[in-house]
Amino acid sequence: MKKLALALAATAAIVFSIGTAAQAEDKKKICFIYVGSKTDGGWTQAHDIGRQQLEKELGDKIETAVLENVPEGPDAERALERMARSGCSLIFATSFGFMDATIKVAEKFPDVKFEHATGYKAAPNVATYNARFYEGRYIQGQIAAKMSEKGVAGYIASFPIPEVVMGINSFVHGAQSVNPDFKVKVIWANTWFDPGKEADAAKALIDQGVDILTQHTDTTAPMQVAAERGIKAFGQASDMIAAGPNTQLTAIVDTWGAYYVKRANALLDGTWKSEQIWDGLKDGILTMAPYTNMPDDVKKMAEETEAKIRSGELHPFTGPINKQDGSQWLKDGEKAEDGVLLGMNFYIAGVDDKLPQ
Amino acid sequence: MRIELEKRAGASRLFSFLSPLLALLLTVIFGGIMFALLGKDPIHALHSFFIEPLLEVWSLHELAIKAGPLILIAVGLSVCYRSNNWNIGAEGQYVMGAIAGSILPVVFFEWNSPLILPLMLIMGAIGGALYAGIPALLKAHFNTNEILTSLMLVYIAQLFLDWLVRGAWRNPQGMNFPETRSFAPEAVLPPIMEASGRAHWSFVFALIAAVAVWFMMHYTLKGFEVTVLGQSPRAGRFAGFSSRKMIWFSMLLSGGLAGFAGISEVSGSIGHLQPIISPGYGFTAIIVAFLGRLNPLGIIASGLVLALTYLGGEAAQLSIGVSDKVTRVFQGLLLFFVLSCDTLIHYKVRLVFDRVRQKIEGAA
Amino acid sequence: MLEAILLTVITAATPLVIASLGELVAERSGVLNLGVEGMMIMGAVAAFAITQISGSPYMGLLAGIACGGLFSLLFGFLTLTLVANQVATGLSLTLLGLGVSGMLGESFVGVPGIKLQPIVIPLLSDIPFLGLLFRQDIAFYLSIALVVGVNWFLFRSRAGLKLRAIGDNHGSAHALGIEVIRTRYLAVLFGGACAGLAGAQLSLIYTPQWVENMTAGRGWIALALVVFASWRPWRVLAGGYLFGAVSIGQLHAQAMGLGIPSQFLSALPYAATIIVLIVISQNRRTTLINTPASLGKPFVPDR
Repeated sequence: MKKLALALAATAAIVFSIGTAAQAEDKKKICFIYVGSKTDGGWTQAHDIGRQQLEKELGDKIETAVLENVPEGPDAERALERMARSGCSLIFATSFGFMDATIKVAEKFPDVKFEHATGYKAAPNVATYNARFYEGRYIQGQIAAKMSEKGVAGYIASFPIPEVVMGINSFVHGAQSVNPDFKVKVIWANTWFDPGKEADAAKALIDQGVDILTQHTDTTAPMQVAAERGIKAFGQASDMIAAGPNTQLTAIVDTWGAYYVKRANALLDGTWKSEQIWDGLKDGILTMAPYTNMPDDVKKMAEETEAKIRSGELHPFTGPINKQDGSQWLKDGEKAEDGVLLGMNFYIAGVDDKLPQ
Repeated sequence: MRIELEKRAGASRLFSFLSPLLALLLTVIFGGIMFALLGKDPIHALHSFFIEPLLEVWSLHELAIKAGPLILIAVGLSVCYRSNNWNIGAEGQYVMGAIAGSILPVVFFEWNSPLILPLMLIMGAIGGALYAGIPALLKAHFNTNEILTSLMLVYIAQLFLDWLVRGAWRNPQGMNFPETRSFAPEAVLPPIMEASGRAHWSFVFALIAAVAVWFMMHYTLKGFEVTVLGQSPRAGRFAGFSSRKMIWFSMLLSGGLAGFAGISEVSGSIGHLQPIISPGYGFTAIIVAFLGRLNPLGIIASGLVLALTYLGGEAAQLSIGVSDKVTRVFQGLLLFFVLSCDTLIHYKVRLVFDRVRQKIEGAA
Repeated sequence: MLEAILLTVITAATPLVIASLGELVAERSGVLNLGVEGMMIMGAVAAFAITQISGSPYMGLLAGIACGGLFSLLFGFLTLTLVANQVATGLSLTLLGLGVSGMLGESFVGVPGIKLQPIVIPLLSDIPFLGLLFRQDIAFYLSIALVVGVNWFLFRSRAGLKLRAIGDNHGSAHALGIEVIRTRYLAVLFGGACAGLAGAQLSLIYTPQWVENMTAGRGWIALALVVFASWRPWRVLAGGYLFGAVSIGQLHAQAMGLGIPSQFLSALPYAATIIVLIVISQNRRTTLINTPASLGKPFVPDR
């Protein structure tokens, strides 16, 4: 037993003695904190692909580090603090639930820059960034209305937050711009990530008579079900064409890379400042996957709409739009304000569901 | 070759002390091999895992924050398990405690008084206890197995919280995001030493609870009752103890502690309610309870060790870039070694080589 | 419509039934293995990986079973040979399984899966309505065969009688000369293989893809179902289908736009399971008879 104790002491001595390896390089460290796993195939993976692009383009000037699967709450605060203390100059917090933790830690480390995705609280060293995913959903709605024979689409939603509600409304409004009687059935899966449950929801929607499927959850399971049942569907977060080569019409692809490169460059040349960024199709923060599995006229319509949104000619939320209860939301020609969209908690007419209040 | 165990006459004091060290050594060796196979410097990796989080004061605070709820919950569970009541729904009781405790700062947010914090903590404990009361009631009076009911109630509690923060309790100024309004300063559990870090009183409460339950188990009739009923309900009945009352006692105690942990965490670390308020504390605490050999003082140690592995995992991700999965595997390794080394406390382990034995038997 | 819903329920219930049956046998022998979730996810990743490498989903299925079984032996070694605490070891097994599967599966994320196709049984599959039961995949047939087989084994065979004897009182069983440890090893192995098969069903049939944590708590539900079934195989089948039906039913209720908060609907399967269990457990005698008395207790033979 003495030997054992000795060995233990020796190990401890070695472990203690080396200390933290000194970081001699003067590369700027840019850090990312993820709520999910780097390889979740959805939201977090899209951010990590952006990070990889950043490393590829600016790898000689910066290095990146990652913390994945960080639960929202006190763990996030600790993780952010550890990042700030370990020499990160710019930290991207990529989940809404990190908002308050980011603000708290940013207060303690005024020299470190933070960027928080999809939130609304900012500070001198905290910028926010988000993408106008609803622009893509409007296009999807138009395609759905053209492609659907029954005039009913199924929508697999995750959680009732403004982002998701906004997406549903934009989809419905896009569809109704083509077919005013178009309806959408919604299932709240109460998860971002459970292939089995997403597949079950897809099957339930199809059994209830929808003939086109869209999703705001992260796995390709609904796409697979659509492929099996022979209906068309839209991908989410990444190009899901591999899961449904004859099924996917298009997908909203999160392309954060360009944004990350832009912000890292701003950090490097000293022009970084706190901004509230809500970029859209024209900035390339989201892109549409190729329009496939549809007739040429539908494809042409989609491309035209996309071009109009890019040029600013078309705002998806342009009146007249009524709320679900029939009251008027937007007058003819009136465009929705960003503030209303970001806090959206009502459906527009045509959604076959009641919003949880 | 076989492994044979021989029961020792009593628990070995030497191995009670040595077994965790041996487990640590084995983890270090196997973990080192794993990191080397992954192409990482094993010494650097082990250093960031076990040492780095302990080198800075702020990080020690974080250790206390992480260990606090684990210890609080595990201490309660140890009484349950010792008395043979299989409460595995502490996660749900934690959530319900957090909800009950948040009634004052969320619904009656205009009421400010120094009384608010103690009341919140009490209500949190009551909320957790009442929620644990459901499986207790079902077991004591309807003979329903508590493993299933307490587990199912976890999911229900989580969905109830989800519904609250997205609906009735949503912050009217929060852009319709799923959060309640932030707690007023009076409703926030204060830090112990604000200058050096954010550890709050929940850790102190956890230590007090552990010592109190330890005292109860070792020096009071109630503790004796728990042990007797746990080991043999028949013997307990002869001694005049009631299994039914024990179900209530142990479930309410553990539920109360879990609920208390929930409201302390929400009040001290988060500052509002949100859909996810626990990274699985209620389940991790089950491991903590058994690693601590169901002894409240042992639980303090095991709670700290488990908390350290979480912090170490993050440090390793940042400083050497291993993935989060590697750290989970590493945690698993550590737990397995600790569990198997504990065998040495109660048993002598011997390797039996069948051939040798046959020879001896043949010679005889 | 009814037919379509039934098909969905079958797919959702099959992994629960299979994993539950495996755990049931382990628990009948007196071993409580809380690592079902971990063994299941290992089965899922192995099945997917081997399917991709070999191109044959049946090879994948076998790999899933083998991997779940091997992984369970780790649990067996700790709890049976080293008499480590079963609850803690099982939970650690889940932790380890989630981590290891994530590591192994990293390169398979986003790879389109190969689906295990149904086997149509001629003639029987032509029966109106009920014919759909004969147009299923192999996992479904296996699940039914396992229910029948496990029931026969436990209550009609000598070996099953011995296994139950061990679960009820390992001391007396040992005194009667029954090999306690060896039987328990086999029971644990069977439990692991079943969990592995259930995991393979997830990544090859339910949703032919690999993503981390794709079991999403199904292992826990399977564990709860064993208790729900009061350790009777046929009740596992009933419980699995009840849970599956309520889970699918709530999705349909949502799609109909009834306006009930989705959280309440999502909680329904859990609430329903509790309520049915309360009703079942009113018969105190049958519950007591079926509960293995040595469940979770360590056994070391005296020499």
